[in-house]
Amino acid sequence: MAHQPCAIVGIGQTQHKTRRWDVSLGGLVREAASRALEDAQMDWSDIDAVVVGKAPDLFEGVMKPELYLTDALGAAGKPMFRVHTAGSVGGTTGIVASHHVETGRHKRVLAVAYQKQSEGNAQFALGSGRGFSIGAGGAFAPFMRSYMYRTGAPAEIGPMVAVKDRKNALKNPYAHLKLQDISMEKVLASPMMWDPVRFLESCPSSDGACAVVFTDQEGGEAAAKAGRKPAWILGSAVRSEPSQFPGRDPVAPQGAADCAADVYQQAGITNPLEQIDCAELYVPFSWYEPMWLEGHLIAEKGEGWKMVQRGDTALDGSFPVNMSGGVLSSNPIGASGLLRFAEAALQVRGMAGEHQVDGAKVALAQAYGASAQYFSMWVVGGSLDAVS
Amino acid sequence: MSSVSNSDIAIIGWSISPMVRNTDYTEAQLLNQVISGAVEDAGITRKEVDFTCAGSCDYVAGQAFSFVQNIDALGAWPPKRDSHVEMDGAWALYEAWLRLQMDDIDVALAMGSGRSSTADPATIYPMEMDPYYLAPLGTDAVSFAALQARSLLDAGLVTERQMAEVAARTRKDGKNRSYNQVTGDFDVDELLAGDYVRAPLRRHDLPPITDGACALVIARADKARELVENPIWITGFAHYSELHYPGMRDLRTSNSTTLAAKAAGIESGPIEVAEIQSAFTHEELLLASALGLGADTLINPSGGPQSANPIMATGLVRIAEAAGQIRDNGKQRTLGHSTSGPCLQQNLVCILEGNN
Repeated sequence: MAHQPCAIVGIGQTQHKTRRWDVSLGGLVREAASRALEDAQMDWSDIDAVVVGKAPDLFEGVMKPELYLTDALGAAGKPMFRVHTAGSVGGTTGIVASHHVETGRHKRVLAVAYQKQSEGNAQFALGSGRGFSIGAGGAFAPFMRSYMYRTGAPAEIGPMVAVKDRKNALKNPYAHLKLQDISMEKVLASPMMWDPVRFLESCPSSDGACAVVFTDQEGGEAAAKAGRKPAWILGSAVRSEPSQFPGRDPVAPQGAADCAADVYQQAGITNPLEQIDCAELYVPFSWYEPMWLEGHLIAEKGEGWKMVQRGDTALDGSFPVNMSGGVLSSNPIGASGLLRFAEAALQVRGMAGEHQVDGAKVALAQAYGASAQYFSMWVVGGSLDAVS
Repeated sequence: MSSVSNSDIAIIGWSISPMVRNTDYTEAQLLNQVISGAVEDAGITRKEVDFTCAGSCDYVAGQAFSFVQNIDALGAWPPKRDSHVEMDGAWALYEAWLRLQMDDIDVALAMGSGRSSTADPATIYPMEMDPYYLAPLGTDAVSFAALQARSLLDAGLVTERQMAEVAARTRKDGKNRSYNQVTGDFDVDELLAGDYVRAPLRRHDLPPITDGACALVIARADKARELVENPIWITGFAHYSELHYPGMRDLRTSNSTTLAAKAAGIESGPIEVAEIQSAFTHEELLLASALGLGADTLINPSGGPQSANPIMATGLVRIAEAAGQIRDNGKQRTLGHSTSGPCLQQNLVCILEGNN
């Protein structure tokens, strides 16, 4: 592609919690954005445009909140853009922001994604107040059950993912859920929510925000020279498909495969397992880890759960997944996608702290939304030629 | 436009739905109609669309994730590169325009849709305000517009007669569009004899409440010229926001409109027609001034938002109408404008040029 390179030079996120009653909506996004600017060693005035992403406005009861957040995000006198692509929105927000730079339209762009779920009742909002919501767990459970049936995956795979992600979260200072005594026994003993998913195999409801600063090649190289390593976007892609029609496979959606093939092709990746060092996948319910490993063409069909079983996806495994603790450990829905995208960037910058994968050069991030119909993905590298 | 390279982007087709107070169609059905119309207008099928971007609003639809059902109208199978903004379709067009500049795909479709009939605007609009200090006041869009109109009247920048003249003129012009909702011949003196709805605004100063949708197809230069005889070039496109709190702004001007117009290159030539999203009559006078338009610029010959105001599509309709002036009326340089937020907080300007 003829577009220009884009570097990530600043990343910030909030402390994710059940209730951030200490901050307003404006305070929440500003906490993440301030940290991203500090990381980028920039000031509010350095930013040329702001892109805000979040899932339904009904979650907080504020319609088109980017209007109100213009003040808190220093966006007065600048372009302010608002993305909403369901659960994938955090990822799409990062991608749209990067396009502002890659097209040469702007030099420094701030992306902010958030959800403050304690302001409202997500379950109520998912059903638009009409009382028929079965919740995300209820909607996805049949897909997970179908995956088990198709692949013959043993029942312990889901709980294994839950234990791994919750252990990783203990190393992430920003993670919401920190279950010090997590174990297979604990997970198996937790209440069955939506068979096959137990309480401890499910994501929490969180307040939180994530912010990322994007800049052009010149800005990225200047940061590198100053000893602040950037992450470079090597490819990004989105796909959507309708929710229901005969022939659609919601367990391994075509959109998931197409999105992955697109982003790998852009990044020059022909063997994801070999050429990608680690991945942050949107796993709100445990079984989605093996499902996305297969759905995004990382593992062969029926092989994803074996990677989990072998420990390949553990932090010290051959293909670490959700080093941050993932959506299972923090889920401010609108921000969850950008948190995945930001963690991938932190990894290739070597800035992931205790949950750093040694020597990570190429990282994959993914988010999905609605009835597994919206997908956004990117591949980032520690350098523009990181893929080998 | 004098010289064109393949990185230039042009409008090649569009469609505007009938505008009614209360449609029998779902939002997806409305979109299905205008998408079919727009791709047919561009001489293509849905399959040839490489990227789609929709603009709509959950609160207008009265439902969380309302846009997810609308994807049925896209024909997104095989799956499509697709996005959605919780903004007017004009901003969806902005994202589509950006996406084509990535230089890897050729054709994009932008759409905007809204069924305001599903809710009471006076109930939902206070919810787009700062939730802590402004939303509790319950101040709706009409009240904020009235505040801005009052500040313009007090400053002597507009008169109530001028406002009534805008209503009479646009609704008369609006008769030229079969899709319009509220049109007709009105006597300015009779309008001024009417009661205030929210002083200083009378009924004629307000837009109708409308259900409707619009879709528009854009393409990169080579593809655009292959598909249509007269592509309409997007030569400038920009949007800016201002502080949210109306009390912290000078409501007698619209700085973000002026910024957007400059960034879009308005100064490089005359604008023959401007289609602007002035839902309230005084906004036309204010925005024309902020855009630096003179008496020689024709404003809202389509009838404008005074004749049909499908929230979330009103801005995209302006751009489609501005394009129509070039393709169908022989104009050379026109402008489409969109706005969002209390007292015109956020403004977008799209400048279009013909081939000559």
